[in-house]
Amino acid sequence: MFKRLIVLCMMTFLSGCGYNTLQSGDENVKAAWAEVLNQYQRRADLVPNLVNVVKGYAAHEKDVLTEVTEARAKVGSIQATPELVDDEQAFQKFIAAQGQMTSAISRLLAVAENYPQLKADGLFRDLQAQLEGTENRITVARNRFIAAVKEYNVTVRSFPTNLTAMMFGHKAKPSFTVENEQAISKPPTVDFGVPAPVGGQ
Amino acid sequence: MVGVPELSRRVTDLTGTLNAEQVNSLENKLAAFEAQKGSQIAVLIVPTTQPKDIAEFGIEVADLWQIGRKGVDDGVILIVAKDDRKMRLEVGYGLEGVIPDAVAKRVIAETITPRFQQDDFAGGIDAGVTQLMKLIEGEPLPAPSENSGENLGEGSFMFILVGGLIAGFALSVMMGRVMGGMLAGLGTGLVAALVLGLAFSAALFVGLMVFFIVGVRSTGGRGWSSGGGFGGSSGGGSWGGGGGRFGGGGASGSW
Repeated sequence: MFKRLIVLCMMTFLSGCGYNTLQSGDENVKAAWAEVLNQYQRRADLVPNLVNVVKGYAAHEKDVLTEVTEARAKVGSIQATPELVDDEQAFQKFIAAQGQMTSAISRLLAVAENYPQLKADGLFRDLQAQLEGTENRITVARNRFIAAVKEYNVTVRSFPTNLTAMMFGHKAKPSFTVENEQAISKPPTVDFGVPAPVGGQ
Repeated sequence: MVGVPELSRRVTDLTGTLNAEQVNSLENKLAAFEAQKGSQIAVLIVPTTQPKDIAEFGIEVADLWQIGRKGVDDGVILIVAKDDRKMRLEVGYGLEGVIPDAVAKRVIAETITPRFQQDDFAGGIDAGVTQLMKLIEGEPLPAPSENSGENLGEGSFMFILVGGLIAGFALSVMMGRVMGGMLAGLGTGLVAALVLGLAFSAALFVGLMVFFIVGVRSTGGRGWSSGGGFGGSSGGGSWGGGGGRFGGGGASGSW
C-alpha cells in the first residue's frame, strides 16, 4: 500500500514537472528531423540521374555539372545521423552543405532552360517534377521540424520544466534560423510550365 | 488573400466557375468512388492563393482538411487558383507510390492543362479526377468500411459505454450490484453488436467493462461521472476528411 503511494507520488511528480512532456517532445523532434533527413537523402539520390541526363545534351556545361557533383559528394560525406540535432556545430555544417546543394541544383536547372531538346526529354521532365516535389517535401519537413523544436525548446526553457530539463541534461535544440532560411530555401526556379509547354499535349 | 476555406463538401468552388449541375455530378462521382474504393478526393477552386505560393497553401489545406482515411492516408486534393492560373495536386502519404510526383505532374500537364487553356474548367477537372481514380484503382488499399470509417466506431463505442454504465447503475440500485451489472453488461454488449454493428470482440469488451465497473466495483468507489462532451461526429449532410496525412507530395503546374 505504502509502495503504491510512493509510485503514485513519483508519477504525479514526474508528470507534474514535465518529464514526460520533455520525453515526448524529444521524440517528436527526432521524428521530424528523421523526415527532414529522409527528404534530403531523396534529393541526393535524384542528383546523379539528373547529372547524367543533362550530360547527355549539354556535356560541355562542365562548370555547373562539376559544381553539382561536388556538392553532392560533400553532402554525402557528412554523416547524417539523427544525433545531429543535438550537436549545434555539426548541424550548421550539414545545413550549409545542403544549402550549397540547393543552389547548385537550381543553377543546373537554370542552365537546362537553354537546351530545348533536354527540356523536351521525358526522363528529364520526370526528374524535374520529382526534384520539384522533393524540394516541396523538404520545405514541409523543415517547417514541421521547426514547429517540433519550438515546442520542445519552450518546454525546456519555461518554469518549472526547465529544472527537470536541467536535471536530466536536456538542452534547447538548434533549428533552422532565418538567415539559413534565406540561404537555403531559395526554391529552384523549375517553373517550366509558363512558356508554352513543350511536347506535353 | 484567401484563408483555407471550411470543408463541407468534396467540391468547393469559391469562384463560381462550375455551375450547380457540374458541381453535383462531380460530387456524386467522387462520393461513388469513395464508397467503392475508400479513397477520398477533394477539389478546391479559389480565386487566388496570394500572397502564398500554391504549394504552401496546398499543404495548409491538406493539413487542415485531412482528406483520406486515417492510417491509410489515401487522399488527394486538387487545388485550382483560377486568377493565378495555377493548380496543384496534393497527394497523401499512402498514394505517393501510385501517384509519384512525376505522374502527378503529367496529370496536370497533359490532362488538365490543355483543357484549362481552352477555358474548359469542368472538363479539365473531370478528366484529371478520372485519371486519378484510374491510378488509385491500381493500388491495393484496404476495403472501404461500411459506415464511414473509424470515427463513428470510436464515438459510438464511448457512447455505448457511458450509456451502459448509466443504465447499469440504475439497475444496480433496483436489483443489487451483481445482477444489475450482469444485465447491463449483457444489454450493452447486445446493443453494441446489433444496433451499432461493432465487431464481436469490441461488443464483448464493452459488455465486460460495464459488468465489471457496475457489478464488481469496490464499495465506495462511486466516483463516476459521465463527463459529457464527446463529439458525435456522424453528421448527416456534411462531409469531412478521415484523418489522412500529407507530406508535401504531388506537383504544381500552371496554364
